[in-house]
Amino acid sequence: MHKEAAIREPLVLGHKTFHDVTNDVCKPIEDKAPRMWYVLFTIAAIIGLYGVGCILYLLGTGIGVWGLNKTVGWAWDITNFVWWVGIGHAGTLISAVLLLFRQKWRMAINRSAEAMTIFAVFMAGLFPLIHMGRLWLAYWVLPLPNQFGSLWVNFNSPLLWDVFAISTYLSVSLVFWYIGLIPDFATLRDRVKNPLSKRMYSLLSFGWSGRAKQWNRFELVSLVLAGIATPLVFSVHSIVSFDFATSVIPGWHTTIFPPYFVAGAVFSGFAMVQTLMLIMRKAFKLEAYIHTKHVEYMNIVIMVTGSIVGVAYITELFISWYSGVEYESYAFINRFSGPYAWAYWSMMTCNVFSPQLMWFKKLRRSLLFTFIISIVVNIGMWFERFVIIVTSIHRDYLPSSWSMFYPTAIDIGIYIGTIGLFFVFFLLFARFFPVLPIAELKTILKSSGESYKNNTESNH
Amino acid sequence: MADRIFYAMYDDDDVLKDGAKKVVSQGIKVNEVFSPFPVHGIDPIIGVKQTRLGIMAFLYGLTGLMLATIGMRYFMVVDWPMNIGGKPNNTYLENMLAFIPVTFEFTVLCAAHMMAITYFLRNKTLPGRKAENPDPRTTDDKFVMEVRLSENSQFTADEIAAMLKETGIIELNQKELN
Repeated sequence: MHKEAAIREPLVLGHKTFHDVTNDVCKPIEDKAPRMWYVLFTIAAIIGLYGVGCILYLLGTGIGVWGLNKTVGWAWDITNFVWWVGIGHAGTLISAVLLLFRQKWRMAINRSAEAMTIFAVFMAGLFPLIHMGRLWLAYWVLPLPNQFGSLWVNFNSPLLWDVFAISTYLSVSLVFWYIGLIPDFATLRDRVKNPLSKRMYSLLSFGWSGRAKQWNRFELVSLVLAGIATPLVFSVHSIVSFDFATSVIPGWHTTIFPPYFVAGAVFSGFAMVQTLMLIMRKAFKLEAYIHTKHVEYMNIVIMVTGSIVGVAYITELFISWYSGVEYESYAFINRFSGPYAWAYWSMMTCNVFSPQLMWFKKLRRSLLFTFIISIVVNIGMWFERFVIIVTSIHRDYLPSSWSMFYPTAIDIGIYIGTIGLFFVFFLLFARFFPVLPIAELKTILKSSGESYKNNTESNH
Repeated sequence: MADRIFYAMYDDDDVLKDGAKKVVSQGIKVNEVFSPFPVHGIDPIIGVKQTRLGIMAFLYGLTGLMLATIGMRYFMVVDWPMNIGGKPNNTYLENMLAFIPVTFEFTVLCAAHMMAITYFLRNKTLPGRKAENPDPRTTDDKFVMEVRLSENSQFTADEIAAMLKETGIIELNQKELN
């Protein structure tokens, strides 16, 4: 029943019983929070609040406080939006695509990767909303019956497709995540001593009892949700790329965008997962569950998607010359030799060169190296979006319209603020929610736990 | 009618499965199994049928597809046809390509959420509901098999208890219902 090829590395190290799994995951929640948690939370909260302050200032004054001008009408706002959405993609890829492919190693990371997805998409959603300027009219993007001469939203517009894509993505990810959390909340409910926590977890667990039929439905719902979330992963970032690709701006008007954006999204998402996981496994003493093999698997994904992104960059460059369209080729010459060349070359170094180092087994199994590369990759992916967006539009067709984009303090404040808010949410999640799927981990314990595996081998 | 419920507790999923197989072959009807994680293969033994939620998800998806199609045809073709860039919205079919992204997203939206709602309702897991597992340890590392006397009236209470005791249980609890 519980067999797995002996050459596969165990996914859970050491000897763990079912009870140990429960204990290990629940301990950080039941213990007092370490001092470091409060320190990090305070820092994140201050940065987040500063960001909220900047957003409020912007809403009160108008989006003129951003560094946008007549030529560069989209810059940091959409860069940050695409960056955050991209980061979000890893969570759903891990929980949905890897579930369909029966990759058991996903169980060590799927819960927190999904949490990361949800928080990242929250942050992403802020930017288009702020960019509307008049946030209180945000409901105009929905096809609601109205008094404006029965005018409807334009379903031909990729910006509207984005509204549907992002809201579907966010809400479906949230439901997927929560359905997985319910049995684990039930575990916490039955364990915690503090009456207030008991009440809270009791409420959150929806009265889950673990009946055979409930588990039967649970497994099917997870599978079906994974099945429909999988095309969602690919569609969301494709649609985000349509925002650019369906326009006629040289540098944006390319058919390579959807696959290239999806690969880039997975690339940056996995990098963010690495950054968070490497800290979390240490802080919560979860080294037995998230170990070198998991890091290696993720690094391979980073390497493959990084290579896809690299090929896409070079293809784009080649096609701009091969097309013979002078505007198109100028857009790309300007990218690598114009005033924003430093951004282009940072992007190339971070995204094309650095993941290639993962071909070395020693490097991709090194935790410190992985941590550094994971941050480098996310810096590179931010530059990718900046390069695509700003360098394509800052030199308009008429040289008299040429312009530069310089971020203002509010641009920077809002971006940094979303990073702060993201960590506020993530730290709260890590403090009060089970960061590993307790129930699911127990199902692989006998097949992939180190001590069980070794016993099976000696029995043969 | 007075009834008696037996809760046989196991500490291993394989022992539970073997135990269930054994008592079922002796003619006992197992009412319920509570476990901390999905025990694969227990469902056919105790007679739990495969859920039909998958079929429902498909139907919900179809509903979404239909609503999106009807909605967009009405908004873009019937009620207020727009002419964007010299490409008027005269027929749905000619404009359908532009509507595919939203059609897809709305299909997924309906399938996922309506299935989730159905799942919560059918499972009776809703905010504010009380947990019904007989022992708090069943969400940690213990497995409980529930057998009811009223469903096994061909046996006496002692016979059932004796049969359960032979299946490698670690505890047997009984509850009287009036």
